[in-house]
Amino acid sequence: MKLYEHEAKAIAQKYEIPIPRGELANSSILVKEVTAKLGVSVAIKAQILVSGRGKAGGILFANSPREAETAAKKLLGAEIKGVKVKEVLVEEKIVAKKDLYFGITTDRAKCSYVAIASSEGGIDIEEVAVTMPERVIKVFIEPTYGFRSYHAYQITRKLGYAGSQLRDLATIFLKLYKVAMDYDAELIEINPLIETVEGKFVAADSRILIDDNALYRHPEYKERLILEGETELSAQEIEAKKTGLAYVKLDGNIGIIGNGAGLVMATLDAVQLYGGKPANFLDVGGGASADMTSSALNIVLSDPKVEVVFINILGGITRCDDVAKGILEAKKRVGFTKPIVIRLVGTNEEEGRRILTEAGVHFLDSMEEAAMKAVEIAKTEG
Amino acid sequence: MGVFVGKHTRAIIQGITGGQGSFHTRLMLDYGTRIVAGVTPTKGGTQVHGVPVYDTVEESLKKHEANASIIFVPAPFAADAAFEAIEAELKTIVIITEHIPVKDAIQVVARAKQAKATIIGPNTPGIIAPNECKLGIMPAHVFRRGVVGVASRSGTLTYEIATGLSVSGLGQSTCIGLGGDPIVGLSFVDVLKEFERDSQTKAVALIGEIGGNLEELAAEYIAKEGYSKPVEAFIAGRTAPPGKRMGHAGAIIMGRTGTAASKIEAFKRSGVDVAEKPRDVAKLLAERLKKKSISTRGKSEK
Repeated sequence: MKLYEHEAKAIAQKYEIPIPRGELANSSILVKEVTAKLGVSVAIKAQILVSGRGKAGGILFANSPREAETAAKKLLGAEIKGVKVKEVLVEEKIVAKKDLYFGITTDRAKCSYVAIASSEGGIDIEEVAVTMPERVIKVFIEPTYGFRSYHAYQITRKLGYAGSQLRDLATIFLKLYKVAMDYDAELIEINPLIETVEGKFVAADSRILIDDNALYRHPEYKERLILEGETELSAQEIEAKKTGLAYVKLDGNIGIIGNGAGLVMATLDAVQLYGGKPANFLDVGGGASADMTSSALNIVLSDPKVEVVFINILGGITRCDDVAKGILEAKKRVGFTKPIVIRLVGTNEEEGRRILTEAGVHFLDSMEEAAMKAVEIAKTEG
Repeated sequence: MGVFVGKHTRAIIQGITGGQGSFHTRLMLDYGTRIVAGVTPTKGGTQVHGVPVYDTVEESLKKHEANASIIFVPAPFAADAAFEAIEAELKTIVIITEHIPVKDAIQVVARAKQAKATIIGPNTPGIIAPNECKLGIMPAHVFRRGVVGVASRSGTLTYEIATGLSVSGLGQSTCIGLGGDPIVGLSFVDVLKEFERDSQTKAVALIGEIGGNLEELAAEYIAKEGYSKPVEAFIAGRTAPPGKRMGHAGAIIMGRTGTAASKIEAFKRSGVDVAEKPRDVAKLLAERLKKKSISTRGKSEK
């Protein structure tokens, strides 16, 4: 789960990591007031959960309260990368001597956290890793004793700092590690981490991604995840989240439902291989009940772009008879407005097939055959 | 004999009294897996399908001899269950549980490494050595004892490909679900090493998906070590968009890392064949094994 910049900054403040002075505002009048109170030039930053916000025009600067008001009018209510701006963060503009980068994330191959720092902040760290790999400092964090003061000093020295600056910067790194652990962050980033002309360090922008699986330890964010936060999600994605189904919207016209993440991904790939375009990814999961199957069909059919639905079930823990019942249940509830291609094999397949046959619903044996069939129908329908 | 598990495996089940735990205890017993005890705190003294239940792993091991555990404990308590199994010196630990926080998984895997225990999972269907031992939740009927070692990051896709291997007559030596999470106990490289040593395994199928770089590391290892057995790979998620989690916590393209294209490219560079469709895996492996046996026969005749 992505936190908003202002949420990440609030956490930073709690841990006494220096951040720019500023306030959240949801109207241009408020922006004007905050700017007047700050009494300096400001940055006005759209609070949206998309990356590349700056480049897309989501950050504006102003030298007076009046200018700030005008800028806020431009931002508030505008759509940036398809997401409506409801709030902006008004912050004092920091004059940078140097932009640094610091982040902590997980490294899958090493099965550990890794701290990453760079003297080239302000741009995408992956970009830096490609163009200037020698400017990226990585420290793998041993899980048994964690990120220690000497790790922070090692990194700070490599960035070229000494004396009180060494202590100040290392302290920020150590505090960020603590935030990462306390909040179950799968990614925490300060980019840019600004060295000011006075030689102080300030976290100008920060990003925190909380591990979804750890949200039960952070109930304050779990609520907002479903309620209002993930504004970039489609109606189908929000509905799927509520139902507990794994759904990802894509832009094709063949709706896909299957059981098991790998199988569903392979199903999308097969559809594309035969020249079709998947409309979505939907995994009903292991042991899907008739109810889950019926909800899944509803969600997929609610996407107006869908011309045909391809259901690919390989029964293991999932029982084919349950899936067949779910399909018929959905047929009763919403009716099949679109053609449906079904591949149903595995546990209790005879019973599942009997149920479908009696209801006059056709099914196929192989996933490849079914994928070809779905593509063919999509072409004639489209 | 299978890798990691086999006829010698004697397992306990942590979380045996829960719905999933009890259901799969029945199926594993039916398969012939030796389940010696179960553990659920507060349920000690009861039985599940004739298997005695204890409150702690320690107590269960005082009464029974075991060398493996399979964990069905809910995510918030799963890490504790794994630490308990490691501390009790069990050497093969299968964690079926999905949705374990990454922070917990990192600690469990690190602790297991110190104790020289093998963690399979989390978020795995488990491991099966056909006709010997099933420590997992996979449908037994799709597997058939044979020569292909299978390592996979997914569940049902593995059953799909295993079915193909069974139908073609190749069968499986051991089939291992690495798990769908970003942090898992076994990598493709770990498993390749085991299959290299295993005489029953004549070929290997690697079933990968988007996210992370374990497939790339496997490709590098195969090329560098001059891996002796034919390897066929399949990668799911060619059509997956970046930044979206495709069902599994670990199936996500982050920035530039974890694309299907990068994995396929890495395998091809290492001379590993990548199947386009699940059903091709068995077909291509059969062809390559046939070719190999002809060429070795040719050599021995000379």
